[in-house]
Amino acid sequence: MWSPVILVPAILNGLMTGAVYALIALGLTLIYGVLHIINFAHGALLTAAMFAAFFAHQWLGIDPYLAAVGLTPLFFLLGYGLQRFVIGPAAHGEDRNILLVTLGLAVVTENALLYVFRADTRTINLPYAFDTIEIGTAFLAVPRVIAFAVVIAVALALWLIMRFTDTGKAIRAVAKEKFGAELCGIDVAHIYAVTFGLGTACLAIAACLLLPTYYVNPTAGNAFVLIAFTIVVLGGMGSVSGALAGGLFVGVVESLSGLYLGESLGQIGIFVMFILVLLFRPSGLFGERT
Amino acid sequence: MPILAVVGLLAAVPLITSSNVTLNFMVMALLIALVGQGWNLLGGFGGQYSFGHAAFFGTGAYVTAILQMRYGVNAWLGFVIGVAAGALFGAITGLLSFRSGLKGSYFALITLAFAEVLRIVASVTPITGAGVGTLVILDLRPEAFQFQSRAPFYWIILALVGVSLVLTRMIEHSRFGAYLVAVRENEDAARALGVDATMIKLGAMTVSAAMTAAGGCFYTQYFLFIDANIAYGPWISIEALLAPIIGGIGTVFGPLLGALLVKTLGELAKLVTGGAPGLDLVIYGGVLVAVVAFAPRGMAGIFVDLRRLLRKAQERGDG
Amino acid sequence: MSRRPSAVSRRRFLQSTALGAAAAAGVLHAPAVLRAQGPAIKVGVLHPVSGALSYSGQQGRMGAQLAIDEINAAGGIKSMSGAKIEAVLGDAQSTPDGGNAEVEKMNGAGVAAIVGGYASGICLAASQTAARYDLPYIVDVGVVDSIVSRGLKNTFRFGPGFGVIAKTAIDSLVTINEQASKAAKTLMIVHEDSAFGSGLAKLLNTQLPERGFQVLETIPHPTPTRDFNNVVLKIKAQNPDLVIPANYYNEYVLLARTMQQQKVRPKGIYSVLGGAASSYKFVKEFPEAAQFIMDCNHWFDPKNPKALALKKQIEAKGEFYTYEVYMNYSCVLLLADAIERAASADRAKIIAALESSTFAGHVMPYGPTKFVNGQNQGAAPANTQVIGNDIQVIFPAAFASAKPVFPMPPV
Repeated sequence: MWSPVILVPAILNGLMTGAVYALIALGLTLIYGVLHIINFAHGALLTAAMFAAFFAHQWLGIDPYLAAVGLTPLFFLLGYGLQRFVIGPAAHGEDRNILLVTLGLAVVTENALLYVFRADTRTINLPYAFDTIEIGTAFLAVPRVIAFAVVIAVALALWLIMRFTDTGKAIRAVAKEKFGAELCGIDVAHIYAVTFGLGTACLAIAACLLLPTYYVNPTAGNAFVLIAFTIVVLGGMGSVSGALAGGLFVGVVESLSGLYLGESLGQIGIFVMFILVLLFRPSGLFGERT
Repeated sequence: MPILAVVGLLAAVPLITSSNVTLNFMVMALLIALVGQGWNLLGGFGGQYSFGHAAFFGTGAYVTAILQMRYGVNAWLGFVIGVAAGALFGAITGLLSFRSGLKGSYFALITLAFAEVLRIVASVTPITGAGVGTLVILDLRPEAFQFQSRAPFYWIILALVGVSLVLTRMIEHSRFGAYLVAVRENEDAARALGVDATMIKLGAMTVSAAMTAAGGCFYTQYFLFIDANIAYGPWISIEALLAPIIGGIGTVFGPLLGALLVKTLGELAKLVTGGAPGLDLVIYGGVLVAVVAFAPRGMAGIFVDLRRLLRKAQERGDG
Repeated sequence: MSRRPSAVSRRRFLQSTALGAAAAAGVLHAPAVLRAQGPAIKVGVLHPVSGALSYSGQQGRMGAQLAIDEINAAGGIKSMSGAKIEAVLGDAQSTPDGGNAEVEKMNGAGVAAIVGGYASGICLAASQTAARYDLPYIVDVGVVDSIVSRGLKNTFRFGPGFGVIAKTAIDSLVTINEQASKAAKTLMIVHEDSAFGSGLAKLLNTQLPERGFQVLETIPHPTPTRDFNNVVLKIKAQNPDLVIPANYYNEYVLLARTMQQQKVRPKGIYSVLGGAASSYKFVKEFPEAAQFIMDCNHWFDPKNPKALALKKQIEAKGEFYTYEVYMNYSCVLLLADAIERAASADRAKIIAALESSTFAGHVMPYGPTKFVNGQNQGAAPANTQVIGNDIQVIFPAAFASAKPVFPMPPV
């Protein structure tokens, strides 16, 4: 069981899976870092994005990777609108209200999808989905390698945006000191909405990366949410690089503990780690100390 | 005294209606009220938002079921031990989290993680019946905490809710309650004044867990079947916080009011939408968002506003 | 969020209004017709049509409704002057307490019997509540054996339970293997970790070694599982002759696809109650991954013209002919036959009629119907295999439509 024949592919697989986790967590951590809210609608929005990618392929024959180009700005606008016109006004600035509003949005989204598309599990069969790249003893599925590369690129792009653009600087300012930023003339409501939009756009990309090897049904996105929370905590809430590192780390841990403890108990490894990190190093494994 | 009036009024329900549909509905609503009251004590009065009250609900439910089925313990005794086990687990997790100084989202997330760990453990260990779940044998005798008719179950859950209301009222008016609210409002200030904030929060969490565990024990006796998803699944954690927040967080009657409202809303949504799966929940979620948007302090807040308006009108009338 | 507040049935509301309207119209126009035809017999049709199990629930409901429509179109219950059957639909919301609440409502609506439940947990809770009212309850699928071993007089299961399914699966496997001059000696079991998967794995683990197989490893996994690469890696490393999966549809599809992707090709894939192994949807969407997979599962009798007619009818609607459909269809017919013989909507009489039932008009490949302690002794699963673009029955011989292809031929 410890032979590299298994170990190497397991670690590589963990990294590939972890990359997609990281992308989902990126959206969550951005929203958390700036708005300081836990977005319960994250899973439902991911499901919605997966449906969008599915039907882009089904009805319009658009390849999921191509669809990402169109869906990403679309979901940015969706996220922007949700925060600006629904969550923001309804929340009255109270955390518990945000929690309820995002919970309500999750229920609405998930069940609207159930009502319109029924509970069928849908998959798409792409010609290249079964192609593999051989690295030593490991067969790596092409779609997963693509996903890995795209996630690294997206994380880099996000980091650049946060670092060098005016909007990015404004986002960081709001995250650090909301009132100060407001006094400097930054439109906080707008920045909040932009952040939420960016977080939602990440989901659109993640959905397009998942679809070639995964399935979609009205509850498909939920499977990723708890993992994403874990990654956000591990990476330090609000940290882009932390989410990427955390995602890859969790992917590998999940893969190895699944291998050696069994898939059912393997899930526990992640949560135990999560609890220990919270208890002993709440700023995250990869985050800066606050 | 309002507690006595409300409980007395509710106790008459089985005398008015013989419909088991209504009784079953009321039992579920009261169960949520009980579980929600547990959440409210910690979240509403103490300001510590838990996302994982399923941990306590499930512990109560499993302990009751396992004691009966595997060790032949009497169901009533099992109930008491179940509540104690829930309280103990609350104390342990509380001790761990509060000593590490976790609050806000961090506290919420760690409670969520505790519940998830328990859910996974329960779904693989043999003593809980693993994935198969635990079935309590049908034995319709009052000694076995099972009744032929729905009414005794209704009165028992109502009594439990009554106890939780009285307990909450007593805590609210006690020194302990005052400290708890002080910790919620400003923990640092409370500490500076010599309040042992960790112990206060720990106390609240233990009582909170006990109440929620009582709900879990009751669930086992009422349905005679539990599995990992029922006991430790996120559904009960969500119901537990939904009821008090909708009803009025940090108020004695908030959870009861909220549970009745949430359950009724669910029914109305079903009534309106007809047979289509999912559509009722779309409306349910939509109304939830609308309630938050227009009544940010919960239903209790509306009542306070109304009372204030009335008083103003009265004063104006007097003047 | 698969759980949600349970609630009063909107269907009942609609039905009572529709009924009210119909009754009013009847009084005005045709009292004679009302007298000629007995009052409708209400039957509870309970399924998890929302929540995690909603796909199966909706399929089951469709099967039950088709049977009811068919009975009514053929003149209703003849011993009760052609009384029509009226469905009282219920949504168990994929949870036991949801099912429980619906049974209460159905009882309040005065149903004569209830059919359905689907998941074991829902069946356990719902049949127990129905027992309080001596209300006959016919389990459509729920395979956990404790459903019929609790001594509830009202509960009947037409289909097979775990014990029978596992035994049949093992017997058939031994026979298929012997016919292939014992090509398979080692195997691995991959199962989901809730009620059905773990129960089954336990039975397989005790019985397969006695029959000359070596179980190399048993791998449980939760539902949902996002990634099967590790499971497949383990299979690859141990290289068993046979892989036995027992899980729900989504996980089954992911597993089969990952095996194809990782180029893992054992001598055979033999699943027991495999979620997708005998699903037309899977065969249509992933013909390559599905090829030659064998399954021991609920299946219709391929030589029964009624079963084939029903298949056509379902496919014409653009739906898949899944086991939920024909099992519910058969259960409703079974109930209608009991009501016919009881000549009454009285619950005790229906229970007595079910106890003595020898019903043969169903579409399943079962032996003679005979209930002992609520379990139909004739119930048995069938063995199927994906061959070409179709699913063939390979066992039992009396119902078989093809010979097993084992070991799998190389690509």
